[in-house]
Order: sequence, then C-alpha cells, then structure tokens
Amino acid sequence: MDYAVVVSNLTKRYGSLIAVDHISFKVKRGEFFGFLGPNGAGKTTTIRILTGILKPDEGAVSVMGYDMGRDKVKARQIMGIVPEMANVYIDLTVWQNLMFMGELYGVPKNLRQKRAEMLLRELDLHKKRNMKAKKLSKGMRQRLLLCMALLNDPEILFLDEPTVGLDVQSAHAIRRILRSLNEEKGVTIFLTTHNMEEADQLCDRIAIINHGKIAAIDTPEMLRRIMREIQCVEVSFNKPLSVKDLLGLPYVNEVRRVGRIFRLYTNSPFDLIEKIIDYGKRRNLKLTWLQVLAPKLEDVFLRITGDKN
Amino acid sequence: MRSYSGSFVLDQFRRAFAICKKDMRIYYFKGPVIIFGLLLPLFLFLAFSIGRELPLSFLIPGMLGMTLFFTSTSVVPVIAPWETRMRTFERLASAPVTVTTIIFGDILASAIFGLFISIILTAISLLVGVSMANLPIVLFSIILSSFCFSSLGALLSAPPSDTPATVMMLSSLIKFPLIFVSGIFIPLENMPLWGRIIAHLSPLTYFVDLVRASTQGISQLPPLLDLAALLAFTFSFFYIAVRLHERSVSQRI
Repeated sequence: MDYAVVVSNLTKRYGSLIAVDHISFKVKRGEFFGFLGPNGAGKTTTIRILTGILKPDEGAVSVMGYDMGRDKVKARQIMGIVPEMANVYIDLTVWQNLMFMGELYGVPKNLRQKRAEMLLRELDLHKKRNMKAKKLSKGMRQRLLLCMALLNDPEILFLDEPTVGLDVQSAHAIRRILRSLNEEKGVTIFLTTHNMEEADQLCDRIAIINHGKIAAIDTPEMLRRIMREIQCVEVSFNKPLSVKDLLGLPYVNEVRRVGRIFRLYTNSPFDLIEKIIDYGKRRNLKLTWLQVLAPKLEDVFLRITGDKN
Repeated sequence: MRSYSGSFVLDQFRRAFAICKKDMRIYYFKGPVIIFGLLLPLFLFLAFSIGRELPLSFLIPGMLGMTLFFTSTSVVPVIAPWETRMRTFERLASAPVTVTTIIFGDILASAIFGLFISIILTAISLLVGVSMANLPIVLFSIILSSFCFSSLGALLSAPPSDTPATVMMLSSLIKFPLIFVSGIFIPLENMPLWGRIIAHLSPLTYFVDLVRASTQGISQLPPLLDLAALLAFTFSFFYIAVRLHERSVSQRI
C-alpha cells in the first residue's frame, strides 16, 4: 500500500505536559483524512510536526515518502498548508500575496500568474485582486490562504481548522474546493477540525485524538455507529421519579439525572419515546419536557475512551 | 506535479530574494524603521556637530558610519516580532525554505535599505567637496558593513517577542554604547587604552577607520585588517542569528 503520511510513535512534550503521546497512524494516498479532537487535544501540535514546523521528541514522520527529519524542505515543496490562525500579509494586495507565495515555492512566473488567476476566480476573489488584504473579511482572507496553499499545485494538503469562525458562504466554498481537489485531482487531504459534521461530510476516514492519544480511527460510518449507541432522550414529568424507575424501560441503556431532567441513553430514541409516553399514561404522569439530543463529539470521546478503559 | 529541482542553494537564494522583496514592500515605511533608522541618527549627528568647528573630513566618516549602522539595523529587528504578532510567520516558516533562507532574505532587505541611504550620503559628501582618496574601498566597505550591521540586527531580533518596541528597545541598548565607542564622536587615538580595547569589539570601529583613512588619511589599522574584521563579524553574527532563530521558531507560532 502506498501511503501519503506515515506516523510512528510520535511524541511531543512541552515541559511536563505530553501534547502528543506516542501516536501512530497512516494516511493513504488520495485519501481525505480527518483529524478530530477538542481544543488542546494535540491536533495542531500533530499537524505542525507533520509539516515540519515542530520537531518531535520521539518517533518519526514521513510525508509522500520524505522523512520529515531529513528532507522537510523537499517534502514541503509538494505540500499545501493552511495553518490554524495564520494570516495573510495585510499590507500586500491579494495578488502580491499570491505572487510572493509562488516565488517562495519556486513556481515559474507565467505559471504562477495563470494559477493565481484561476484560483482567484474559483474562490470568488478575482474582483478583489488589487485590494490590500487588510480590507478583506475573515472569510475572504481564509479563502486567500487556501489560494496560497494551492498555488504550487500540491500533492498533499494540510489544513488546520480552515472553516472555524467563517461565514456560511466562505465555509461552503472551502469545503466545495476541498472535495473537488480530492475527488477530481486525487489530492491527499489532511484536515483537522472539531466540527464532526464537516468531517462526516468530507472525510474517508477520521482519527479522533484526545489528551494527545489516538482514541479511534475509522470511517465516518463506523464512528456514527458509536454515536447511535449514545443518543439520548431528555425527559421530565410533573411528579418526582428516581433513576431506578426509568432504568426499567425498554431500549434504555443508561439513565443520568441532570437537575429535574433525566437523560435516557439509547440506540433507538423514537421507540423509546413511545415507551415513555405509555409509561406516563400508565402512571398518570404528565410530560413537562421531552427532547432528543444528538450526540456531541465530546460524547463520542467519552464513549470511546470509556470503552477502552 | 513539481518536485524540488535544480541547485538547492541557488533555489534557496531566489526564495531569499522573494522574502527580501516582501520585506521591502511591507517594512521600509513602518514607523519604527523611519524613527530608529533615519531620524535618530540625523538628530544624533546634529546634536554632535552643530556649533562645533569640526572639519567635514572628520564629520563625514562619523555621519556615514552612524547612518549605515542605524539604517542597516533598523529594518530587520522589526520583521520577526511583526510577523509573529500578525501571525504571518507560521505560513512563511512552513514554506519550502530553511531558517537560513528566511534570515538571509530579511538581512538582504535591511542591508539594501542601509546601502541606499548611505550611497546617497556618500554622493552628497562628494558633491560638497569631501575628498575620498580610495572610493572603491569606501564603497566596498559600505556594502560589507551593511550586511554586517544587518546581521547584527537579525541577531538582536532573535528573542521570540511579538512586540516590535521590545526588540527595538533591546537593540538600542546594544547599539548606543557601540556608537559611543566606535570612534565616531571621539577619535580612537584620543581614547584611553581600555576605550581602545572596547572599541575593537565593535564592528562599527573598523568601518569608521576605513572611511577615515580615505577622507583624512588617518587610520588605526591597515585597511585589509579592517575588512577582515568586518568579514569575521558578518559571518559570526549571521551564524549566531540563524542558530538562535532556529531555536525560537516554536515560540513564534
């Protein structure tokens, strides 16, 4: 199997804090790989090591066959990178930003001009090409960063939270471009995000990192199966009940009490709702609250780490 | 798909030039560069020269030295903290360039700024009748010293601060004492022994000595030794600057 990214036993420490803790995984060529985790889980540290910005304390990384310890400049030549919280040069125009990036990647003048024109049209920035970047909105700047990352026609693209805080239009434009790059041009994409829905829509496989460790790697479908097991129905009645009373209901896996509300964890929320209504009628109880909660990423983490422990 | 091709060194040099062009566009007109690079040496010179009957042949080497020193060290210390603050550094550092290339590009931009202003000053000096016995040596020493002082500026910008004012303050702490011990205001021959020993630790001393040899025919050291010292300072500053910046990358992102 030909791999785009091979990570072996990667570890990064900041003093006594282990930001990335002996992680290993592989990304196939042409794969759209999602790297999910909450803030502080180790996503950005990992992507910075993969792109050669940070040196690991232990372990090895190879990207497109290049060892990132020895050949990081060569590897970066075929990478496109959109770092988290990065900014464009606000004192330069949109066009100057792109030309500078083209020169940094050694793209010949004619080619970089042609590609810049094409990318600006594709990401709806062409009319702003002579505008100073300081006048662009956050969404436009992020689109410009993506243009800059694509100017060298990369074989692999690393994106760290590219759609955080963006307007719907910009986020949609970025997702559309990423999907087409992956499907039509076979570009390998490594995307970090804490947006489960985004990863679900785009990624072939997803790794979940938590406290510096890989908690799960699987297809979105398999991860959704885990999510189905931890769906829950919130319910409360007009009379006091105990956790024990509700634990006996069919389809209930677990019951937790949050104030006056009970959270009933289940694989079949809609079947459970019918049983809850029957239960209320039989005991002459009136429902005062009923809501189906979609599982959060945090719930998935808790489930995955809980199962492993 | 394009892979890395051609001579690595030549390719990196081209990319350093791209970084230099970017720096010239962005940083030449920043406030700290104008204040610390142009206005400060001008005011210092005026404060020193006005009301004193000093010959132009004595004043010009000092003026030239001070201008070249302040202009060449004014651009590069602004770049690193500014890029850290504006969050452009990570994008730059993740491009296919080495830290050496980035620092060389920044030094090039700073040196060109110093060169440009100093060449204008040299031309004005010649126009007002100051004779320079060995103009090629003066010009060569201006070029070499602009790189030497810019490299010193790069070294001074190594602390991973995101506040240009902090770096400028730190660099002023180093730069001002050097101005006073380098034979600009007090000729080396009038200094006590300990002063002359300290003076030889400053690269500016060798530049002023070279120019003074050309304008006044007086020098403390042979020109070749002055040039060798400037060359040694340039390589040392550049090497240390690159090593320190390599260590501070992780703290700038």
